[in-house]
Amino acid sequence: MAALLEVENLRVDIPLGAGDLHAVRGISFHVDRGETLCIVGESGCGKSLTSLSLMGLLPPKAVRQADKLFFDGIDLTQASQGKMSDIRGNRMAMIFQEPMTSLNPAYTIGNQLEEALLRHQKVSGKEARERAIHLLEKVGITGAASRLGQYPHQLSGGLRQRVMIAMALMCGPELILADEPTTALDVTIQAQILHLMIELQKEFGMGMILITHDLGIVARVADRVAVMYAGQIVESGTVNEVFDNPMHPYTQGLLRCIPVPGKTRRGEPLGSIPGIVPSLIGKIEGCAFANRCRYTFQDCLTTDVPLAETSPGRGYRCLLSDQQCLENAKEVA
Amino acid sequence: MLIYTLKRLVVALLVALTISLISFGLLFLSGDPATTIAGESADEAAIMAIRAQYGFDRPLYEQYFAWVLRAMQGDFGTSFYFNMPVTELIFERLPVTLGLGLAAITFAIILSIPLGVLAARYPNSLIDRLALTISVMGQAMPSFWFALLLIMVFSFMYPLLPPSGSETWVHFIMPTIVLGYYATPAIMRLTRTGMMEVLGADYIRTARAKGLRPRVVLFKHALRNAIIPVVSLAAVQLGFMLGGSIVVETIFALHGTGYLAWESIRRYDLPTVQAILLIFSLIYIVLTFLADLLNAWLDPRIRVA
Amino acid sequence: MAAITVPVAEDIIGPTPGQRLRKRILGHRGVMIGSVILGIIILMAVLAPLIAPYDPYEQTLTNRLVPPVWADAGSWTHPLGTDGLGRDYLSRLMYGAQISLFIGFATALISGVIGTIMGVAAGYFGGRVDLVVTFLITCRLSMPVILVSLAVVALVGSSLTVVVTVLGVLLWDRYAVVMRSATMQVRSLDYVAAASAAGCSTWRILVSEILPNVMNPLIVVATLEVAHAVLLEAALSFLGLGVQPPLPSWGLMISEGKDYLLFDAWLITIPGICLFALLLAINLLGDGVRDVTAPENRS
Repeated sequence: MAALLEVENLRVDIPLGAGDLHAVRGISFHVDRGETLCIVGESGCGKSLTSLSLMGLLPPKAVRQADKLFFDGIDLTQASQGKMSDIRGNRMAMIFQEPMTSLNPAYTIGNQLEEALLRHQKVSGKEARERAIHLLEKVGITGAASRLGQYPHQLSGGLRQRVMIAMALMCGPELILADEPTTALDVTIQAQILHLMIELQKEFGMGMILITHDLGIVARVADRVAVMYAGQIVESGTVNEVFDNPMHPYTQGLLRCIPVPGKTRRGEPLGSIPGIVPSLIGKIEGCAFANRCRYTFQDCLTTDVPLAETSPGRGYRCLLSDQQCLENAKEVA
Repeated sequence: MLIYTLKRLVVALLVALTISLISFGLLFLSGDPATTIAGESADEAAIMAIRAQYGFDRPLYEQYFAWVLRAMQGDFGTSFYFNMPVTELIFERLPVTLGLGLAAITFAIILSIPLGVLAARYPNSLIDRLALTISVMGQAMPSFWFALLLIMVFSFMYPLLPPSGSETWVHFIMPTIVLGYYATPAIMRLTRTGMMEVLGADYIRTARAKGLRPRVVLFKHALRNAIIPVVSLAAVQLGFMLGGSIVVETIFALHGTGYLAWESIRRYDLPTVQAILLIFSLIYIVLTFLADLLNAWLDPRIRVA
Repeated sequence: MAAITVPVAEDIIGPTPGQRLRKRILGHRGVMIGSVILGIIILMAVLAPLIAPYDPYEQTLTNRLVPPVWADAGSWTHPLGTDGLGRDYLSRLMYGAQISLFIGFATALISGVIGTIMGVAAGYFGGRVDLVVTFLITCRLSMPVILVSLAVVALVGSSLTVVVTVLGVLLWDRYAVVMRSATMQVRSLDYVAAASAAGCSTWRILVSEILPNVMNPLIVVATLEVAHAVLLEAALSFLGLGVQPPLPSWGLMISEGKDYLLFDAWLITIPGICLFALLLAINLLGDGVRDVTAPENRS
């Protein structure tokens, strides 16, 4: 069976006065039905632009290119604006980071939920309303029917994010893109929302791309992981592969930053990755992580590092030998 | 919402009271109102008679309260130039001015809101530059000069429209344009900046992510939020048009309150001038009051608090 | 001896804020067009006594309504023709510029002082002061300026001084509104809190912390208010209750010319174009200053 979403060599460039900003630099991945892919990376690594570019929601100045961008066999690079908007919100929906500002303050929850369904499917207003109530109940909002008449400002952040999730589910999408859906929320709420999303994803058998910088979340929900750094995927694999044997020095660095209960001693300093992300404006030579990597050698600065696939879906972008990487990985795990 | 309305109402009443004081005070600007009314050449006896007739010999506060009390009952005294009750005089002319104002604000809105929306949707495009040019030109064009140019072109060079009078709706075309264009730049600019801001909002991205059609995103989701401040502005501009009507009605000899204001000022017809000032201000106060309520009602964050 | 090249400051630290500001000003089309037009009009006004070809008040009744030079019957003797009383139109225009500019700047000054004091006080002290100022602004806005000024000028008697005073006392509202919100913004900034924590007197904070930081919006409003005053003076004079004849106010010239609308249209178009150009120039300048000094432009 073909993958639900297939991306090959996706690039996003933003022209600036000083030259092009290469925000996403040729990434490839796929998502199967019913599967969760986590894209991990720090802010500015291009993970949000990746999701926006899949939805066709990039800012007007940004340029998207890809060798292959297939959603359920539809070539998105060739899809017209109209065709794209038929897919958006219908078969492919997105949940955003900022629940406080992502709902229109001028319309009721009900109105904003129903309009998605009314736009894409031939249903009556009553059916749309019933669907909205059903989904609000699904996302754990009590008194769903009365909520429909409320305005966003009457809801807390957690509730708003639940509404956003319900909104994404209105048309029964096959793919959900969630861009840091819990970042703006309180920690306790974060766990609830995350739990909810996994449950719903299982129940509806949707493919999901979850974008996050939180490795804790990844460990709990992902089937597969792609680690992004400076616009590239530096390592990918199943969640077990990546967490048990982090091959790329950047992934290793990320994992070192997380305290492990029972293992990290009290008072012991957590790991950190020194240095800053290089500018992505203009041409970038060599490995983008070279300036922060503890294993850098001469070739790292000049050679473009390919993504070496060791098995289907498992690969990383490093010049060190597999042996060397594996040894380094042991150190972390 | 109720408390908000009440508070707003109290302020409106206080403003009205203050304006009534100022209107009343106009009488004494020229020094002795009795002399002003009687004319420079009047003899002492005539002035004394007027003083007694209008009660100028009584203490000021007594005069003021008497005036306000009568005004509240709709009695503004008698115009001594037109020789009829001021109230009757004004209400006979008011429909012309109000009609003109409504026509002008409609004209301004129809012109400026679509232009502002398009300019915001396509920044730096041809339509944006056109909008900017219209707004810059509009601000710099004195309305009386614009009126004369229109008369020159459309009444004399190409006799299509009557240069003066208020008999038919055709007489109102040029005055409407002159009065309306003046409000256009402000409304258009506010629409444009409001739309620019709103179009960058997260909820617009949400709306697009739902796959809504661009038209729906622009008008349902964006304009609905950007229009809220424009409503107040339009009301304020409509209020300003009362002042503008003085110039426009005078040029086009439109027999409305604005023209009446100019006539009575020239004739030192003080009771009429006082009444017009008070009534114009009251209309403005009512307009902004209604606009505030409409504003609050349009914004669910205020309405459903 | 080898020449030693000394690096200039610009090479090391880049352009200074002042240089960048200058560059932005020179690069702003509106500001450039506005300043050129305004410069010409100011020159015209200042040099009027020197360059005006005729006395603007001298009537030559035998030489009435001479058309301007581009008309068939026109000549260079009177480049812009003469008016209904045979006065040279160009000379009158030049002296008229003096009146417009004087009224514009004097009014903006008076109203600027009133409005700034009210706005800054409201924004800084808040509370009751703010309530009172807001109330006064509301009252002021409720009365049509043109109606009040017409009435006052008619009752007090019309002269240049009266017009300036009346407009000055009426046009402070926009200053007050803008200064109030600007002061509120500045007041909430940390350095003002720091100054008051350091025990600076209120007066000192107002003068050395608040005022310099509300200067930009103040200049923008002042520019636009000059235009507003010029426009109102022209309208008052046009209605016959502003500057009195024989003074060559542009508004008055248009008013006098309207009787000749049918056949001698230049009597209206020429002063109208001058008025339009002046207002355009001031508005362009004001908008430009706002663009150039807007914080979001400072990257």
